[in-house]
Amino acid sequence: MTTTSQTNMNKQSPGRLRAFLAGIGNVDRRWIFLSMALAVGVPILLKLRFPEVPGPMAKATFDAVESIPEGSRVLLSFDYDPASAGELQPMANALVYHCASRHHRIVFMALWPLGKQMADKTIKDVLLEFHHEYKYGVDYVQLGYKAGNEGVIKLMTTNIPGQYPTDADGAALSKMPIVADAADLRAFKFIGSFSAGFPGAKEWVQYAKGNTPDAFKVVGGSTGVQVSQLLPYYPKQMEGLLVAIKGAAEYEMLVTSKYPTSHYADRLEEGRRRMGPQLVAHLLMIGLIVLGNVAMIAGRGMKGGAR
Amino acid sequence: MSTANTQTSAPGRSDLRWLWISLMVFSVAALAANAFLRKDGMAHRYVEVIEFERVEAKAVVESGANATGTETAQTEWVDPTDARLANGTLRLVEGVAPIKWKLHKDVASTTEANETSARRAAGDMSAPVVELSMWNSLGVWAAALLTLGIFSFLYRDNPYYKVSESLLIGSSAAYWMINGFWTTIVPNLFGKLAPDVVRAYAIPSLPVSEHPGLDAGLAFVPLILGFMLIWRLAPKGGWIAVWPLAFIIGTTAGLKLVSSIESDLMAQVVATMKPMVVFTAPSTSAVASSAVSAVNFWATVGSLVGVVGVLSVLTYFFFSVEHKGAVGKAARLGVWFLMITFGSAFGLTVMGRITLLAQRLEFLFNSWLNIN
Repeated sequence: MTTTSQTNMNKQSPGRLRAFLAGIGNVDRRWIFLSMALAVGVPILLKLRFPEVPGPMAKATFDAVESIPEGSRVLLSFDYDPASAGELQPMANALVYHCASRHHRIVFMALWPLGKQMADKTIKDVLLEFHHEYKYGVDYVQLGYKAGNEGVIKLMTTNIPGQYPTDADGAALSKMPIVADAADLRAFKFIGSFSAGFPGAKEWVQYAKGNTPDAFKVVGGSTGVQVSQLLPYYPKQMEGLLVAIKGAAEYEMLVTSKYPTSHYADRLEEGRRRMGPQLVAHLLMIGLIVLGNVAMIAGRGMKGGAR
Repeated sequence: MSTANTQTSAPGRSDLRWLWISLMVFSVAALAANAFLRKDGMAHRYVEVIEFERVEAKAVVESGANATGTETAQTEWVDPTDARLANGTLRLVEGVAPIKWKLHKDVASTTEANETSARRAAGDMSAPVVELSMWNSLGVWAAALLTLGIFSFLYRDNPYYKVSESLLIGSSAAYWMINGFWTTIVPNLFGKLAPDVVRAYAIPSLPVSEHPGLDAGLAFVPLILGFMLIWRLAPKGGWIAVWPLAFIIGTTAGLKLVSSIESDLMAQVVATMKPMVVFTAPSTSAVASSAVSAVNFWATVGSLVGVVGVLSVLTYFFFSVEHKGAVGKAARLGVWFLMITFGSAFGLTVMGRITLLAQRLEFLFNSWLNIN
């Protein structure tokens, strides 16, 4: 009797197991959403962090800022809005902090309407918080948003005073030492674009770098979605590239290692903070992809299953 | 939307409804407990209060025989602690009340606010005054509730989600419209047609043109093209809108053509022409080392993969020859390269989306719930 039932169970087990595995493919997708929320939320609460090893692109970005003479004039374009701030604000914070630590004079601008507000946040939270000595009009200036997409860049290659007679608040730029003598983009040693799409880093390469390849270094900070468009430009047409939150975390590591800060260090750790949830969420994704494939294979040939 | 609805109505799924409801009830209860049982459990936003004061003063001109000096007619508003008031170079104007105002600067977190308050309470008067900001706190609540509203779509389509989505779309559209009006139409069109009026009522710092007549004349071109473009909304004469559209397409194509050829074709071709075998630059201590030891193996592999990848993918997109034999195999390899590229792009996209989720959860945990 026992032998018979065991034999039946052995016969049924593969069928049940197969049905169970095939059933995974029909799981309510809200369980997956909940799993993802936990995979991201729990590491945030536990402050899960991992050491970052800087990659070549983050190192190249760091070297680009380091290689220009101290006190150089740099242009930073905030080409994103709050929808991409999670990825780009950490690298913007780190790059501005790095430039200020090298005493570079920083010109802020935006090709996206809300980019100016993003730059203002970085100025308030990082530049003026860590470098009180920075004076408006002398060490930094906010040009604000200018409509025209790539046309703005194109015009800046020949005539900055014509394109920007005033700053974001309407004050005459001709009276500000930082840009009074800046005729065109060749007045800058370094251009950085934090880019979430069009217009962004790609346009800076096409219209600014393409015109005057050796006048200045161009560095891009990109969202994960856009980075595949920018990778072909590195390293010939773009001296550095920060790839999404991973690039931001690596760059933060490099910057704070050389220029440590005594207070509000968490403002320069956003990227590294978000890499803990990344790891767990990616493991979950990989697990789900494997499970999905197992479910598909198990469902093959079953009634109503995948073929 | 329809997918979520279909799922919930599928057989067996409704059994889980009570589980989801229980989860939501538990979440609301935990939220209430956090808000009312913990200190600073409710979203509190603090601001640094920076007080300013200015007094009206006149410059004092020393006049030899007159030891007290004489006041000039011109006045200026200065800080009461201005050194010139103390040394007599400036003198307060009698009967004029000082002007006082406050500026509020956001404090990044409740922890920072508590630390600053503690420093001040301990007698450190250099620490700024920190106070609770009701409006900023309400802003955090609004942002948190709207975030949850958008997340609620993950459960199923619902009115809460629709309200949140409509608010997002409405405010975004309004922002874009107002921004476009004030940053483009007012300075670039009205500012050229009637600069004095714009300077008087809208933008005082509007630059003075050297050729106002020419600018005004040229401004009629976009004005007319703009009117032609919105002619599409008229019941008749839709063809009129085609002309400004042709102008836009023509100028955009002209602008992009040169830069694309330079940056995306020529420069990319040059970047692909790499040495097949990469040698490491010899260091001074290894001048006498052999050429073989100086080969950078991985860089060489990278170059080879790059060249093979470019050629095989180009072969895949070369449709003038049938994909058979060697061409077919090369094209097949090209498909593999393309798949790997799409896979890595997908991986990067996932990374971006997870970051956005992490940022919103950080906001909910830190700024709203104050539990991290």
